[in-house]
Amino acid sequence: MRISQFARRQRSTIVSGIAAFQTIIVFLQLWLFTTTMETFLAGHQETVLPAALASLLCFALNGGLFFYLRGLER
Amino acid sequence: MPEEDSEVLSVAPDGRPAKDQPVWRKDFPLDWPDDEYRSRREFVAFLMLTSAAFVSGQLWILLVQSWRKAAGKPPLKEIAALNEIAVGQSKLFDYPKPGNRCILVRLSDTDFVAYGQKCTHLSCPVLPRPDLGRMHCPCHEGWFDIRNGEPVAGPPRRPLPRVGLEVRDGKVFANGYVEGVI
Repeated sequence: MRISQFARRQRSTIVSGIAAFQTIIVFLQLWLFTTTMETFLAGHQETVLPAALASLLCFALNGGLFFYLRGLER
Repeated sequence: MPEEDSEVLSVAPDGRPAKDQPVWRKDFPLDWPDDEYRSRREFVAFLMLTSAAFVSGQLWILLVQSWRKAAGKPPLKEIAALNEIAVGQSKLFDYPKPGNRCILVRLSDTDFVAYGQKCTHLSCPVLPRPDLGRMHCPCHEGWFDIRNGEPVAGPPRRPLPRVGLEVRDGKVFANGYVEGVI
């Protein structure tokens, strides 16, 4: 029983770390989105594709962390 | 549940053993570490949704960009006759579609400029002030350079969308956008 609680505490630490990391990534996406919108509306369209790819990469990273967490629960 | 198990599984936030907890907490035992774990996991799921929303926004911008490219350059459109507006005066016109208000300003005998009339701050209509060499947005005191549409004062950070102009046969034609979109 004590071993399982120790594992639960470990999971709690892991989920906190993942949440912190995902928060940073989401803020990065927010910055990317607002910057892309600003530059797009200003008529500079060359940043749109790289920014979309970077945001997609961030989402994939978030997804990887999320499914890693789900894997821990099995 | 045996006393030993309940001590292990239901750890109160103050960290004291179960026997030292108030009666209400004994009546409603809660597995606090598990509760915290679940709330953080839900937060992670919420962050996933937020992340997906930002990706959707980025892809939407990309889609709009490709639609604009596919639509091509707006067509040439006659907007005024040369003798219709005097130096320092202006004329409103719709370009490229009805409802897209733009403003043509005559700066000298040979110089014309035209901009989309929506302020790039919060879309109020901008007004020409050729005497000051500026375009003025009276809503929030935004000012733009009348020669190039660049913001010079106030809250706007983006230039006004500039309409390309052609003058021929005594007429002024709008011919696509030089900078920005409406």
